[in-house]
Amino acid sequence: MALALGGYFSSASNVFTGSLVNLQTWFSARFVAVQDFFTSPRDIASLRQRNAELEGEVADLQAQVIQLQQEVGETQILAALVDFSRANPENSYRAAAVIGRDPSPFLHYVIINRGSNDGILRGMPVVTNQGLIGRVEAVIADAARVQLITDPASSVNVRLQNAETEASLVGSVTGDVTLDLIPQDLNIQPGDLVLTSGLGGGYPPDLIIGQVVNVRSRDFDLFQQATVQPVVDFNRLEIVLVIVNFKPVDISPLIPAP
Amino acid sequence: MRNLIAVPVILLSVILQSAVISRVYLLSGFADLPLVVLAAWALQEEVDSAWHWAVAAGLLVGFVSGISWIVPAFGYMAVVALAQIFQRRVWQAPLLAMFSITFLGTIIVSVLSLIVLRFAGVTLPIDDAFGLLTLPGILLNMLLAIPVYAVMRDLARWVYPSPEVE
Repeated sequence: MALALGGYFSSASNVFTGSLVNLQTWFSARFVAVQDFFTSPRDIASLRQRNAELEGEVADLQAQVIQLQQEVGETQILAALVDFSRANPENSYRAAAVIGRDPSPFLHYVIINRGSNDGILRGMPVVTNQGLIGRVEAVIADAARVQLITDPASSVNVRLQNAETEASLVGSVTGDVTLDLIPQDLNIQPGDLVLTSGLGGGYPPDLIIGQVVNVRSRDFDLFQQATVQPVVDFNRLEIVLVIVNFKPVDISPLIPAP
Repeated sequence: MRNLIAVPVILLSVILQSAVISRVYLLSGFADLPLVVLAAWALQEEVDSAWHWAVAAGLLVGFVSGISWIVPAFGYMAVVALAQIFQRRVWQAPLLAMFSITFLGTIIVSVLSLIVLRFAGVTLPIDDAFGLLTLPGILLNMLLAIPVYAVMRDLARWVYPSPEVE
C-alpha cells in the first residue's frame, strides 16, 4: 500500500491496464466482426427488399407523372378549343379525338371518334383552334373519316386577305399545300394570310388556313402559284372540332359535264 | 374453324396500321402491316387459307381507307399469289422469299393505287409518289418483315400443329 501510494507501481499498473485495454479491444473487434457476419446478410436482404419497394413506388410515380402530363396536355388543347368556340359563337362545334390515319400513304385522311350518332354528317368542316384542317368525307355510327386539306384530291376555295383576291388551294402527296389560279396581275407577298372564301358552299368563309411562304410567277403561265404554310401541324392532330351547324351545298349538278 | 384465327389477326393488324404504323413516317411513306402479315402467313407451308385472309384484309382496309377497296383487295391477293409461287420455287430460303414478296407486293399496291387514283381524277406526280412514298414504304416493310415472319411462323405452328412422328 505504501509502495503504491508512493508511486512505485505506476509503471506496472500502466502495463497491466494497457494490456487489459488491448485485450478488450481485440475481443470487441472480433465480436463486432462476428456480429456483422451474422447480422449483415439480414440487413442487405431487408435493404434490397426496401430498395425494390422504393423502385416500385418510383415507377408508379413516374407513370402517374406521365399520365398527368398527358392529361395536362389534353386539358390545354381542350381549353384552347373552348376559347376558339367562344370566340366564334356563330358556329356549333362537336369535339372529337383523332384515333387513326388512312392506311394508304397516298391519301391524307384522319379518322375521328364521332359519327352519325353524334350528329356528324358528310361535308361538315373540321377545324382546330388554329384553323381549318378539312371536312368529313365518310361517316359511320361512331366514327368518321376526315379528308385533310393536304390530301392530293382536296381543293378549297380561298381568298388572300391582303390582296383581296380568290384562289384555289390544293394538296399534294407530300402534304404541301399550294395556291393555284391566282391571276398574274395580282401582287401577292410572302406572309399574306390565306382564309376560306366560302365560294362553292363547301366551307364556311373566313376560316384561317395559313400564310403564303413563297410565290412562283412565270411570264408564260396563265396563273401564279404560291406555297402555303398551314397554321395547323397535321402530324400532331389530337383533338379537333367539327362544325355541326354548317350545311354544305352540293353545286356539282350545276357544273356542266365536259 | 382454324380460319377463324384470321379475324382477330387481320383486325389487329388493320387497327395497328391505322392507329400506329401510319403515324411513323419516313419521308412521306410508311409501312403496310397487313401486307407484310399476309405475305408472312401465305409463305407458311401448313397454311391453306391465305386467299381468305387476303380478301378479308382487302375489304377491311378498303372500308377504313379513303382509297377504293379495289386497291387493297387485288393488291393483297397479288401478294398471296406471289407468295405461293415463291413458296414452291425458293422454299429453302423463306426469308429471301419474304423479302422478295414484300418488295414486289409494295410496288404492286403502289402501282394499283396510282392507277385507281388516276381514274378517280387525282393525278399524282409519279416520281414524287415513287421516291417519297413507295421507296420509304419498301424499306419500312423490309424492316417489319423479319419480326412479322417469326410471329406468323409461330402462329402457323400453333394453328396447324405438325403430327407426331413415331
